[in-house]
Amino acid sequence: MIPTPDLSHLTSTDYEHVYEPAEDTFLLLDALEEHAGELKEMAPLTCLEVGPGSGCVSSSVGQILGSSTLQTVYLCTDVNPHACKCTRKTGTQNRTSLDVAKAFIDIILFNPPYVPTLTEELVDAQELRGIEGSWAGGSDGMEITNKFLELVGDLLSPRGRMYLVALKENNIPEIQTRMVNRFNLQSTIVLSRRAGREHLSIICFHR
Amino acid sequence: MVRLITHNLLACHAKGCTSNNFPLAFSNVQIEIREAEFNPEFLKNFIPKVEWNALVDTARQLGDTSLPLEQPEMLDEEFLKSLHHVLLEIHVEEGVMTCPNCKHEYPISNGIPNMLLAEHEIG
Ligand SMILES: C[S@@+](CC[C@H](N)C(=O)[O-])C[C@H]1O[C@@H](n2cnc3c(N)ncnc32)[C@H](O)[C@@H]1O
Ligand SMILES: [Zn+2]
Repeated sequence: MIPTPDLSHLTSTDYEHVYEPAEDTFLLLDALEEHAGELKEMAPLTCLEVGPGSGCVSSSVGQILGSSTLQTVYLCTDVNPHACKCTRKTGTQNRTSLDVAKAFIDIILFNPPYVPTLTEELVDAQELRGIEGSWAGGSDGMEITNKFLELVGDLLSPRGRMYLVALKENNIPEIQTRMVNRFNLQSTIVLSRRAGREHLSIICFHR
Repeated sequence: MVRLITHNLLACHAKGCTSNNFPLAFSNVQIEIREAEFNPEFLKNFIPKVEWNALVDTARQLGDTSLPLEQPEMLDEEFLKSLHHVLLEIHVEEGVMTCPNCKHEYPISNGIPNMLLAEHEIG
């Protein structure tokens, strides 16, 4: 068992502005824990998390990898400035939206805003840079994820992998087929779980 | 935290800015030095990922001249220690990063770089 990262420095006021770890977060943590052995063996040099929110997921990877002698650079990028502050406090490096010049990220983590909403709702949420941006995903809940999926092929190192949280409504088989066809990225479903009304899965992409 | 290891990955992503958009130039910086654990294996593995000229130039901008202009063949302890310091221990807490091409300015505040562009700047 990997202990959940210590988030005791974050208060309920922080969670008015920043996504509080929930079922989707925990499913991603469980998937990473399931791959703990492989991840350690991989000895990743770089780990990029898009939308870290509280910073819980990257910190957890830090705990998984931390016991070995290797070292990893963690990059995090969130549109929400509160989330950047929280992530920083939670102990990883922060960026607000970064552009990586070269293809060499070993691990990518993304728990995106995946809830289907109207496109206008998504646009407003992105503009506000607040907590609404944690869930509003636009058409099929895929508008932000799709933008990012276009970049993954360029970002991932040859041995790299990406963990993505997705909802059944996001049409997971379509995502998987598209990533093979466009970028030759294979994928597997690591875990699936029902959480209230949401049916969540963790997809792991690799070359 | 903007360490040089991260800075070495950042390019300008403003609309139409696709060449000569790296490395971003620091100005008005406030720097903090924080000791990090020395891990020679990590450094050796990371060297192939580094844009060497950009790293050396940027370190010099920040007043650190310990790195040779040419990446050495022999990775001795002294060199690795300098590299360790430059990549992992220099933190830019405040300042501005300017694109060498389009001159877009990315501010750094409380150690967090703001790489967001306004709507009309997004390509
Ligand atoms: C569902 S929350 C996940 C938070 C955290 N990773 C977790 O698992 O608990 C989605 C996160 O993505 C961020 N986000 C939304 N749009 C983004 C964008 N365009 N670029 C980067 N981050 C974004 C949100 O601010 C939010 O922190
Ligand atoms: Zn530029």
